Amino acid sequence: MATTETSPVGGRFVTPFVKLLLAIWALGSAVAVVRFTRGLGAVSAMNDGYPWGIWIALDMVVGTALGSGGFAVALLVYVLHRGRYHPLIRPAILTAALGYTAGATAIVFDVGRYWNLWRVPVAPLFSSGGRFGWNFNSGLLEVALCVMAYTAVLWVETAVPVLEGLEAGPPGRLRSLAVAVRPALERSLPVVLALGVVLPMMHQSSLGSLLLVATTKLHPLWHTPLLPLLFLLSCVGVGYAAVVIEATFSGAVFGRPLELRILRELAGVMAALAGLLVVVRLADVTLRGRLPLAFAPSLLSGFFWLELALTGAAAVLLWRRRRAGTPGALVRAAGLLAAAGALYRIDVYLTAFDPGNGWRYFPSVGEILISLAIVSVETMAFLFAVRRFPILPRARRPAGSVPARAAS
Amino acid sequence: MKLTRRQILKGGLAAAGAAAAGRAGARERRQPPPEAVGMLYDATRCIGCRACVTKCREENKLPFERSADGLYDQPVDLSGSTKNVIRLASDGTRTSFLKAQCMHCVDPACTSVCMIGALRKNPVTGIVEYDENGCVGCRYCEVACAFNVPKFTWEKAVPRIVKCELCRHRADPGKSGPLAVANPACAEVCPRAAVVYGTRAGLLAEARRRIAEEPGRYESRIYGEEDGGGTQVLYLTARGFSFQQLGLPDLGRNAVPAVSESVQHGIYYGMAAPVVLFAAALVAVHRRGGTDDQE
Ligand code: SF4
Ligand code: SF4
Ligand code: SF4
Repeated sequence: MATTETSPVGGRFVTPFVKLLLAIWALGSAVAVVRFTRGLGAVSAMNDGYPWGIWIALDMVVGTALGSGGFAVALLVYVLHRGRYHPLIRPAILTAALGYTAGATAIVFDVGRYWNLWRVPVAPLFSSGGRFGWNFNSGLLEVALCVMAYTAVLWVETAVPVLEGLEAGPPGRLRSLAVAVRPALERSLPVVLALGVVLPMMHQSSLGSLLLVATTKLHPLWHTPLLPLLFLLSCVGVGYAAVVIEATFSGAVFGRPLELRILRELAGVMAALAGLLVVVRLADVTLRGRLPLAFAPSLLSGFFWLELALTGAAAVLLWRRRRAGTPGALVRAAGLLAAAGALYRIDVYLTAFDPGNGWRYFPSVGEILISLAIVSVETMAFLFAVRRFPILPRARRPAGSVPARAAS
Repeated sequence: MKLTRRQILKGGLAAAGAAAAGRAGARERRQPPPEAVGMLYDATRCIGCRACVTKCREENKLPFERSADGLYDQPVDLSGSTKNVIRLASDGTRTSFLKAQCMHCVDPACTSVCMIGALRKNPVTGIVEYDENGCVGCRYCEVACAFNVPKFTWEKAVPRIVKCELCRHRADPGKSGPLAVANPACAEVCPRAAVVYGTRAGLLAEARRRIAEEPGRYESRIYGEEDGGGTQVLYLTARGFSFQQLGLPDLGRNAVPAVSESVQHGIYYGMAAPVVLFAAALVAVHRRGGTDDQE
């Protein structure tokens, strides 16, 4: 199915940067030991007022938005048949697979009774007398099932370049296995790809729905029945932004061709999405009579306008860069959109969430270290994969692409 | 053919949107089970002796919450080791006590969000029960409960959710009536009968009787009769001392999870939208020969 020539980057894996990542991973692991032996309270600042902290808000909610590039590009390439975006697909899917796995890992650290997690996907098989079956009122159940299924889908999609890499490798058992498995895998791809588009639409919107039930706790500027729509739009925007940043980074670090032409086109799409987000958000707040709250002098109204300003600025910048943006300018504009989306999600889950009774939350060092460790492992896995397997587009020079180093 | 593909996709999205819009708000009001039990707390009778707090701790085998010097059992709020507290409220001039524990909502937010039903509303008694075997410790119940009732044992390697279950473990099946299904220790020990146990219907009648007898003493409304879809623990407050001043949230008539469930079920009504989207995506993926681009 590949219409893009891809090849492994090669080179040494253990660079000074990777050593730094290993050090962070070691620190995080030490904290993890404490977490699992002495309880969540020993390492985290989460409390009964803020039972969800950065492992949920950042690692899961923001992390999977950044990982939505996989789904967002697949939508363009496989559903809307914009084949010219194909060079972006493999790195985007790999980033998504790693991002979702990182999010899922954070969940295992986060939930208190992780040994009961196995029940969730298979609950109907083990429900006894109507107990412990699936509760379809629970948005979290939908998120959990979809995220599990989608993470599996992403790894199946990622298996294609991995198998290709093994086939090109030295003969042996791994290679024969790859040769045997790949045809079956490729036959199942249409179903996998279709699932890969629908599942994220489902759970990304549900991530917004999760806070709908907190009617008294989520600030009225953020609490709206449109939360699922806003989360869906924002995940597509943030996903594309992550793809632009990742493609430019790979171009600069590994000297791979930068498909500047398609990145600019993507900037146009992102500008439209960002503009739509601003319009929907403002219209929603206005039509439901909550605009006056945005002018109340408070920290939260400041955050509301900051979100809108960042998203609006990203829309304008991206729109201007859609024809002649340099890689640097594109990355800055995309970074703005990613920041706006991340801020929106963190606001819904933490900043604009107030349980009352004077509860406060600020992440502890332990929480931050575990978060960083998860991201470190994710980054190392990405670096390892692109060096070893054919993920990134092969160096070539079709019209419109510029060697990144020269351009930036 | 290109048109068809887009039409299918758009159709799927439109159907999802229409279903969501059409079903939102269509959720019917839940009624308490006929045998529902609960408690009535009369803030005008409570003297703040905290006998109920101590007895609750004892009967639920919960550890003390010691003050810094270790001399006092001094819970400041509900927590992983406290299922019941007496708070002090003020309306500016007067003070009043408020007993806080699970409200045993008629239509609870906590059971609405719990993935596989570790929290469940007993269909007969209406008691909101917790079974740790189905709990993954996600703490979504804490996020969802407008009364901030479910608490988590953060300091434990094997944590759990802690909340009042109306002392259902103290039930005596040999007895008849409400005592056969539960027996709140707090109500049993209260020296002023400020908190009493009974069927919800009986408690509502008792509350109305007290208001009718001494209209100058009470606010004329019973908190929990309608609030947040109704609760099985009911409250009376002193005239002029509002329930919000007492510290109870202003929830309106509707159940807390009504909107979230309507939106969720609207989007996933009969799984129509996801199935249509999946089919559309599958058709589109299969047409991969027809790439719009020159490659
Ligand atoms: S008060 Fe909270 S914990 Fe108790 S039943 Fe209602 S929602 Fe559940
Ligand atoms: S913490 Fe346990 S009881 Fe509470 S919602 Fe999660 S699974 Fe249910
Ligand atoms: S009913 Fe039992 S658990 Fe609930 S507050 Fe009273 S004594 Fe405590």
